Amino acid sequence: MTGEVCVVAETLRGEVTELTYTMLAAGRQLANGLKTRLSAFLIGHQVERMTASLGAADRVVCVDDPALVEFNPQAYLHVVAEIFGRHTPRVGLFGHTATGTDIACGVAQRLGAPIAVSCRTFTTEGGEPHYSSLICGGKIIAEGPLPGPCCIATVMTGGYKAEQGKVVKAAPVESLPAPEGLDALRTRFKRYIEPPAGDVDITKQAIIVSVGRGIQNKDNLAMAEELAKALGGVVSGSRPVIDQGWLPTTRLVGKSGKQVKPKVYLALGISGAPEHAEGMRDAEMIVAINRDEKAPIYGFAHVGAAVDVLEFVPVLTDKIKHIHCA
Amino acid sequence: MDIIVLVKFVPDLVEDLEIDAQSGLLDRSFLRLIPNELDEHALEEALLLKERHGGTVTVITVDTGDVDESLYTAAAKGVDRLIKITGEGFDQGVTNQALAVIFQSVMGDMAFDLILTGTQAVDDLDGFVGAMLAERMGLPYVGYVTRVEAENGTMVARKEYPGGLNADIEVRQPAVLGIQAAEKPPRYVVTSKVMEAMRSATIDEIEAPETPIGGSLPVSRMSVPETGAHAEMIEGTLEQIAEAVANRLREQGILA
Repeated sequence: MTGEVCVVAETLRGEVTELTYTMLAAGRQLANGLKTRLSAFLIGHQVERMTASLGAADRVVCVDDPALVEFNPQAYLHVVAEIFGRHTPRVGLFGHTATGTDIACGVAQRLGAPIAVSCRTFTTEGGEPHYSSLICGGKIIAEGPLPGPCCIATVMTGGYKAEQGKVVKAAPVESLPAPEGLDALRTRFKRYIEPPAGDVDITKQAIIVSVGRGIQNKDNLAMAEELAKALGGVVSGSRPVIDQGWLPTTRLVGKSGKQVKPKVYLALGISGAPEHAEGMRDAEMIVAINRDEKAPIYGFAHVGAAVDVLEFVPVLTDKIKHIHCA
Repeated sequence: MDIIVLVKFVPDLVEDLEIDAQSGLLDRSFLRLIPNELDEHALEEALLLKERHGGTVTVITVDTGDVDESLYTAAAKGVDRLIKITGEGFDQGVTNQALAVIFQSVMGDMAFDLILTGTQAVDDLDGFVGAMLAERMGLPYVGYVTRVEAENGTMVARKEYPGGLNADIEVRQPAVLGIQAAEKPPRYVVTSKVMEAMRSATIDEIEAPETPIGGSLPVSRMSVPETGAHAEMIEGTLEQIAEAVANRLREQGILA
């Protein structure tokens, strides 16, 4: 992998995650630009069967060990840091996810390599890789070079299509032995806690009325509920609304919640930070209401109006009810 | 259990962010800074742990401007010790890499069982502070944590995965945890209590070691994304906008 582009593949419960293919699409473009090879680095246990869809890479490097069967932050960090220490890639790509960011920062520190997080796209200029990151809730783009000999970057969705990186083709598979020391770590995977059952499944709804910070307080949720009822849909929310306890976690749309693709997604008082966009960008039609006309959500919504949510929603609800009665 | 909470100040995203024409970077001259929201969740989790297990909570922040009120607010919430790290040029912003170095040096001789900080901050670009700090200090790190349970030197951190899935990860102390959300929304304190803390609590000022605050990731330029480029913006009275939205819903086959 020395001097190459390496994608640290992510798996969850024995499946390669979608973001891995986005990373492979990014990695493929970077490797072509740098005229080098692309490796996919697969860590886990009995991972061989998961290599089949990683054909976008020129080869797959596996480290297979029973201690790696589930994600364990210290174990995975140890494996990647040891292997990268011996075969240092030019660019190492990790997911901008709960698992990827746990290890990417540590690997960068151990290698003494710069790290860029929240990367959406990459380019090659004059033979040097460059990053473009979306930060500050989607309000700022930061760009710059990824200096040699090695850089680490975390990749989020939005810049590349996962389909581009999903290639069912047998790439050569190489196995490396797991490094020593996996039995003397201070973190250990205990168990999964399944999502609570019983609530409506927001991924199966055609109409979603989603509320963000702009709804201001719990009492105002009734307004969104009434609109959802008039439309025959359900209410969901962005992270701040869930963290305040105004809606249950089953209604969270975004990176750490559900990915929804309804016919209509009404975003009320939602700014459209990348973490939220990840969960709803693929809705057939996004209607955004946010007083801030510069809100990032207007960068990908189909229809928008920069008006006050609390004033507008009752008017829209009346209009919908009126249409139904007519 | 003795807990240290690290707080970073970040741009308030409610305000307009502008790019300085000369440097091509974020214009910091009129920037309003607020404590990183997830760091406030980290503080809440620390206070909950203190309530359950006893011990102390120390808050450390870097003096990037106007941080005192937030420190006194932390004292009013029940924090035992307040530390403000001062240094040259901090008002121009400090990279996360530099923050990790600075926090490490200041904590050098402090005793603790646990370090909590927000998993990430809105302006993170060169890594996450908690994860980098843990590696520098040789401590285990788990991020995206939404609950911490402690028992006899071992903790169980509940880690959030996509889609509502969670995992329990066992972590041996001392450790660094990145908090994604506290078990409860951060508590609120009334102004009178904050005023009282201003009179009774003291802020320890510690001078930062001489560290390059720029970090090793080059940033060539920043820009504001074109947001209006995509959405068709509807204007008019609320009634007219509602009419237009209803029409679009009808076209989408939602309304009769």
